[in-house]
Amino acid sequence: MGALKGDFKALTLTATIAITLPCMSPPIRLLLATLLILGFSNCGSPANQTVVVEFWAMGQEGEQVKALLPEFERRHPGLRVRVQQIPWSAAHEKLLTAYAGNAMPDLFQLGNTWIPEFVALRAVEPLDARLQAWPADALADYFPGILATNRLDGRTYALPWYVDTRLFFYRTDLLAAAGFAELPTTWEEWVRAMSQLKARAGPERHAILLPINEWQLPVILALQRGATLLRDHDQYGNFQEPRFREAFDFYLSLFERKLAPSVGNHQVANLYQEFANGAFAVYVSGPWNIGEFGRRLPMATQPHWNTAPLPGFDAEPGRSLAGGASLALSRTSPRREAAWKLLEFLAEPEQQARFYQLTGDLPARQSAWADPALAGNRYAEAFRRQLQQVRATPAIPEWERIANQLAYHAERAIRRQVSADEALAALDRDVDRILEKRRWLLSQGLRP
Amino acid sequence: MTGRERRAALSAGIFLAPALVLIAVFFFLPVLAALLLSFTDFDLYALGDLNRLRFVGFANYLQLLQSPLFWTALGNTFYFVLAGGPLSVAISLGAALLVNARLTRFSGFFRAAFFLPVVTTLVAVAVVWRYLYHPRHGLLNYGLSLLGIDPIDWLGDPDWAMPAIILMAVWKNFGFNMIIFIAGLQNIPPQLYEAARIDGANAWRRFRHITLPLLGPTFLFVALMTMIGYFQVFAEPYVMTQGGPANRTLSVVLLMYEEGFRWWNMGYASAAAFVLFALILAGTVLQLRLRGRESP
Repeated sequence: MGALKGDFKALTLTATIAITLPCMSPPIRLLLATLLILGFSNCGSPANQTVVVEFWAMGQEGEQVKALLPEFERRHPGLRVRVQQIPWSAAHEKLLTAYAGNAMPDLFQLGNTWIPEFVALRAVEPLDARLQAWPADALADYFPGILATNRLDGRTYALPWYVDTRLFFYRTDLLAAAGFAELPTTWEEWVRAMSQLKARAGPERHAILLPINEWQLPVILALQRGATLLRDHDQYGNFQEPRFREAFDFYLSLFERKLAPSVGNHQVANLYQEFANGAFAVYVSGPWNIGEFGRRLPMATQPHWNTAPLPGFDAEPGRSLAGGASLALSRTSPRREAAWKLLEFLAEPEQQARFYQLTGDLPARQSAWADPALAGNRYAEAFRRQLQQVRATPAIPEWERIANQLAYHAERAIRRQVSADEALAALDRDVDRILEKRRWLLSQGLRP
Repeated sequence: MTGRERRAALSAGIFLAPALVLIAVFFFLPVLAALLLSFTDFDLYALGDLNRLRFVGFANYLQLLQSPLFWTALGNTFYFVLAGGPLSVAISLGAALLVNARLTRFSGFFRAAFFLPVVTTLVAVAVVWRYLYHPRHGLLNYGLSLLGIDPIDWLGDPDWAMPAIILMAVWKNFGFNMIIFIAGLQNIPPQLYEAARIDGANAWRRFRHITLPLLGPTFLFVALMTMIGYFQVFAEPYVMTQGGPANRTLSVVLLMYEEGFRWWNMGYASAAAFVLFALILAGTVLQLRLRGRESP
């Protein structure tokens, strides 16, 4: 295998020039090129007095974080930070390609669901040894369910930067008119409230909008019901088991009873306008929509919406997904020490609070929530409560593909192209195929 | 071989060597490597550690042929090729005839204007077209509203997304084929038209019996290049719709890109690339055969 790796290195140059071949379409060229850049090593830069930390951050975070950095550079005169802003839509591909081309930044932001993938690649540095120097209660300051997504097999590979989960955005006026002061906390009551909303809304309007091409809500319901999603050390799909089945049936019934319209998110022309004109009264979404609703809803609707935690099955608290973004160190970076200083700086509660003011991203450290700007936000309180009740999706690199399959089969069941039984059987079959490599690795005693 | 011939062959070899080496190293080797990869399960795990790579034979190809998503992508690609290709060729020919006609004034201006979309960046063009297609504020729907037609959600409606992409692609590409057609038209000796006119042939018959047959080789070239290019459709749906809505604009190359760079299933993506290559090859051979039979 070592020899094979050497060959790959030798072929590197060939591939880069293949990019210039005009007769192929760009992705084919890109495919050929990156396939072969695997062994490319970049020469270490000569030691300098100032160390420049390469930091990749996505979207508006990459833009806004620059405002925090002068303070960091003032405290560390020998360190400079170069921020590379990457659009979210290309971030995942860009990081993987950077890893393949041995061009990883020193510190990078990543969605916390990507962590298992980068751990499988051996691309991130475990932080446990460095965290030993932290005060004992510092890690306890993080939301526990969110911090858990950064840990695999007892090691901490990244630290949460900001957090994200899904809960209800709803119209307070419509709910009050339907006879409910606030959204209920159990499935049963929730359905009753939605039936009332639907009865008042008429045939054209609906109680809730659940885009049928999204996987989040069926997974949330299944987690609330106590389903495990996968079984035998995440080697097989576990979607035909009774608890998942029950949650799935409940999910489908929301569409059968016309509480939710059977539309995908691309069929909703203007979410904010339709929320404002009452096409639906409830919507499940994340913290980014606090700002969007504030900006895009008409003035007349502004006093009439709020956020609420999700209901639970029976008396259980309603759980939601542990989302958000984390910061990780590249394992191969020669500037890990400097990058760690930057990570520690960004993890400070004061910087977390400032970052919230800049971006609206909810801080990962609970002490940062005491900041007046956040404490005074009436829409954030539901998030604070929900974030105490979050669960991680299975921590394996294949999860995103599995979630995509789940959305695909759920959509077919909602559209009644297949029965619920057929959909879940097909889902298990597809997921088992996706996990085939993982089973092989485990059977060979190789660490996935 | 005499000494002189040998020397000639040697010097020919020396002159050819740089080009041959470049082609071998920068084209055939990568293609060969991709072919080999298509028989492995090269994925994220293998990227991290080559010990986790397996040779899987034809499993990627079998899995591809069993995947509904691949057939969706293939169907969309054929839709694009079969609807967009002939449309593009027809419009190029029409534009070439108009620009080349003796009565046309400022033909140089029109030639340049029609060629302009070809040399503009696709991404910039796509952004402009997204505005044109905007369901509420788009120029296209405004035009339709003047005719009393209800607005169409061009890129959001599963049934309209592909026609919208085809329309943009044809607009973007027809200028190139038009230039080639113009060159073909200008190669037709004017005496033939004169003779036909003296014999009383009207414009349609002159077109049918002189222009079309003599454009034969040009036609073959244009049709082949268009087919090959259209089979590889990627940038248009990637920029405009990302394959949506409901996978209705997902092309084979876009699928390959997603598998390769989103999920990092390089083995599987390479297999998709070679299936597409086989299809294009088959399409090319088929066209050559058909034309071969036509010509005397």
